[in-house]
Amino acid sequence: MSARRRDLGPLAAGALPLLFLGVLFLFPVLRLLLTSVEGGSLAAFEKAATDALYVGVLIDTVKLSLIVAAICLALAYPVAYFLATASRLWAAIGFGCLLLPFWTSILVRTYAWTIVLGRNGLVNRLLLDLGIATGPVPLLNNEIGVVVGMVHVLLPYMVFPIYAVMLRIDRDLAAAAEGLGATPWRVFTRVYFPLTLPGAFAGSVLVFVIALGFFITPAILGGGRVITIGLLIEQQVRQFLDWPFAAALSALLLAAALLIQGTFQRVLRGEARWH
Amino acid sequence: MALRRKRPSLQRRAVYAVAGAVFAFLLLPLAVILPVSFTSADYLAFPPPGFSLRWYEAYFADPLWIAATLRSLAIAGAVTVLATALGTLLAYSIVRGRYPGRAVVSQIATAPLAVPTIVYSIAVYGLFSTLKLVGHWHGIALAHTVHALPFVVLIMGAALRTVDPAQEQAAMGLGASRFGAILRVTLPQLRPALVSSAFLAFISSFDELVIAMFLSGADMTLPKKMFDNIQMEIEPTVAAVAMIQIALAAVVLTLAARFGSGAKVLN
Repeated sequence: MSARRRDLGPLAAGALPLLFLGVLFLFPVLRLLLTSVEGGSLAAFEKAATDALYVGVLIDTVKLSLIVAAICLALAYPVAYFLATASRLWAAIGFGCLLLPFWTSILVRTYAWTIVLGRNGLVNRLLLDLGIATGPVPLLNNEIGVVVGMVHVLLPYMVFPIYAVMLRIDRDLAAAAEGLGATPWRVFTRVYFPLTLPGAFAGSVLVFVIALGFFITPAILGGGRVITIGLLIEQQVRQFLDWPFAAALSALLLAAALLIQGTFQRVLRGEARWH
Repeated sequence: MALRRKRPSLQRRAVYAVAGAVFAFLLLPLAVILPVSFTSADYLAFPPPGFSLRWYEAYFADPLWIAATLRSLAIAGAVTVLATALGTLLAYSIVRGRYPGRAVVSQIATAPLAVPTIVYSIAVYGLFSTLKLVGHWHGIALAHTVHALPFVVLIMGAALRTVDPAQEQAAMGLGASRFGAILRVTLPQLRPALVSSAFLAFISSFDELVIAMFLSGADMTLPKKMFDNIQMEIEPTVAAVAMIQIALAAVVLTLAARFGSGAKVLN
């Protein structure tokens, strides 16, 4: 038997799963996208781009995602630094604290936040007891609750890429800078921090893109007062049966996600091996 | 390493303090839900006024909760088998294949990761509405399999790359069929990755809400029933259910860490 014979085994192995993905993934998604231009009309996209109500939702979603990404970055950086520099035991404990909630379902965690942030919740009780507030502070059914819940879910996605970059930084660099007379603060701002930027960048893009399509957290913690594009899509399909409009919104969300990911793929591929 | 000898600087201790606060923030929801699930009160209150098992009893006594749990277990079981089998075949095709268009196949295999879940949910809801598959657990299992497939392909693909194809060829040279060679030589070396893939597929389906929300109809999955309860009433049964769900996930992940290739692959 000639070893050079064309080997078709792997091709055949891929046929069934590809057929599965074709029928149950590619076909429905393409079908949905085509619905947005039903009858050759761009009316659905026009509605999304001109109606002030819907433009507002799109802008709010982008704003919310930016705020969440910024807070995640600020909180994840010290955590990643801790994981990258603490002793092995402490790093393991830190990873436990990070992964335990990471593996708990988003629904359960979001539900827990309703207990913490509610009118008679933990935070409000604390504020009242300490005399900081005179009445219950609204933390639920508004942006505050949604931001807290989303940051909690997305934080690990920010920590992993930053941590991965920090691990690869040569410790001798900091020592060299110190040996040359730099203060610890200067070593950090001029040597360490710039080297971690690719990880921070990759994490921010990842968190921002995932945040754009979020659904469960705004649905529960927003209490109907915070409308994101994900909630709008669901509402259009289930309440108004406006498939072309829901499809147009889906097309916009998908295009934004793919465009952002595609643009930064070089950074993501090079620096973030965690995704 | 010589740096380590020094006492941590003030700045470093400040950074560690912030990290500690963030860890507390991360653990807070879990720390709250545990005592609430054992509350004796009829309402959500923290800290609970007293201890009782009544909400666990309420869960086990309610046939609707049990039916939802069994339905979710059945779906997750089907997804585990389907996604692991299909994903392993696809990973084998991508890693070992030498056919043109392999790069495209690889792109398609991980594409479900790039599509926001809400978008895929209404896409598959649209298709299944016309096929009259909405409300059947089979439909949810199929959609969840699409959702889980990329994880299996990534894990199995990474593992397959570490196995030398020459071993398969050697086995075939000694008279084994290709299928026999894969079954006896390659697959045993992939066992840890297979276990990790299977557990990940199971958890991803068991916890999934958005797809199930659109596809489940009156016969709800566990997450869908929890979601409806959270939206409608504020009573602590959900906290007990949440604890049961966490416990189950912990068992599955511990098993995965014990028998699988561990948490390394999962990230």
